[in-house]
Amino acid sequence: MLKFENITYTYHTKEGETTAVKDLSFTVEDGQFVSVIGPSGCGKTTILSLAAGLLAPSSGEVIRGGGEFGYMLQRDALFPWRSVEKNIFLPLEVKKRNTPEMREKAIALAEKYGLKDFLKKSPNQLSGGMRQRVALIRTLSAEPDILMLDEPFSALDYQTRLEVCDDVQGIIKGEKKTALLVTHDISEAIALSDKVVVLSARPARVVAEHMIEFGDGSPKKRRECPEFSQTFEILRKELGI
Amino acid sequence: MKNKKDNNFSNEHKAYLRKERNKKIIITVSRILILVLILGIWELCAQAKAIDPFITSSPSRVIKTIGDLYKNGTLFYHIGITLAETIAGFVIAVVFGYAVAVVLWWSDSVHKVLEPYIVVLNSLPKIALGPLIIIWIGTGYTAIIFMTVIVSVIVCIMNMLAGFIAVDKTKVTLMKSMGANKLTTLRKLIMPATLPALMNTLKVAVGLAWIGSIMGEYIVSKAGLGYLIVYGGQVFKLDLVMTATFILCVLAGGMYGIIAVIEKRFNK
Repeated sequence: MLKFENITYTYHTKEGETTAVKDLSFTVEDGQFVSVIGPSGCGKTTILSLAAGLLAPSSGEVIRGGGEFGYMLQRDALFPWRSVEKNIFLPLEVKKRNTPEMREKAIALAEKYGLKDFLKKSPNQLSGGMRQRVALIRTLSAEPDILMLDEPFSALDYQTRLEVCDDVQGIIKGEKKTALLVTHDISEAIALSDKVVVLSARPARVVAEHMIEFGDGSPKKRRECPEFSQTFEILRKELGI
Repeated sequence: MKNKKDNNFSNEHKAYLRKERNKKIIITVSRILILVLILGIWELCAQAKAIDPFITSSPSRVIKTIGDLYKNGTLFYHIGITLAETIAGFVIAVVFGYAVAVVLWWSDSVHKVLEPYIVVLNSLPKIALGPLIIIWIGTGYTAIIFMTVIVSVIVCIMNMLAGFIAVDKTKVTLMKSMGANKLTTLRKLIMPATLPALMNTLKVAVGLAWIGSIMGEYIVSKAGLGYLIVYGGQVFKLDLVMTATFILCVLAGGMYGIIAVIEKRFNK
């Protein structure tokens, strides 16, 4: 579980101070996939950094139900000098949990999600979609309890994006992980999430929260539901675009 | 990628491969031709007394001088001394420079504090320190190695630091998000990511190390290729000057070549 309670965050530069987030509260339940959407530059990345504890809030409290965090970034940031397999082992090495059992589990995970033939290859030989899948398996290899996704699909072209989107959601649901996604893409948020939190422009506050329950849970089915476009319209208005 | 021996290529592709191969041959032949031409004209002009071989020397005289040096046993002595000084200075400069760059990367404040000193040291003509080096360190090999180090170390520091700083910020964030400390980030990300920068630094440093060692020998030495050049100039033995210069060309080219081979292996 992850809970934001009246979080305010102000950052300081020589030019002055900016309140990025003000009095922000929302909750991510265990096993839930929550998306946070907001206009560009509303401090979405700041929210993830706060959630992961990379930044300390100016006031308020982030309550983490214990457990580890896994971060997935806008770009896959795979290390080209390592093989796919060694990339997946990276978090294990960093967290000093590089045991044969953990490595075996990570490989089993990679094989389960279709990376078996790529393990010994260089990331440079993989397509953009495949690379993002490797990045996700890398994030999962250290067995985090909550995944933080920072617009992980934004660097992909449209077609790949839809595929990877479904792919990643499937894997996260399959592994029963809790996930917090920040994005500016409304349809992505609706297709993927159990809950969507809508933020205002800076300083970011919660405008509305929506539980998304239609469809069978797969992004593909969701997009085909008639409720999809209705929800899209509601969110679009709330975002003021 | 298809195997080169694959004979299923279309005629068009075969023609393309032939063209590429011919281009390569032309380049290699041209390179050799230029060298032969220069040496040939030089030799002919000297033989025909169009130029005075006492002042310009000639390829045949250079070969003869190498033979003489070999016979009286000093050829490899001089080469060995200069080579040892250069390699020692080069290794010290690279290791020390790399270490300093790591410290500057590690601490932004140290970097900011030391920046002006590095800039000044970089622009200072190191030969100006000649007299000080002689007085402080003496006239032995250490003085020459010291000269070699100060000539090449600053570039090592600046090159490596620039490389460290240019490492993809997303990857640094990734390491941070995994809870990596500075040492882990250095070992797992910064050092492997800047291997190309290191190779580049080695190439620049090797050239500067030669400048440093020869300059050092000009100032203080009793032996070495730089010494031969200075000595040859003083007693007007231009054959000796040309010979030492020629040997230097071969050695410097060889050392650069070795580093280029290492670079290729790492970049595979």
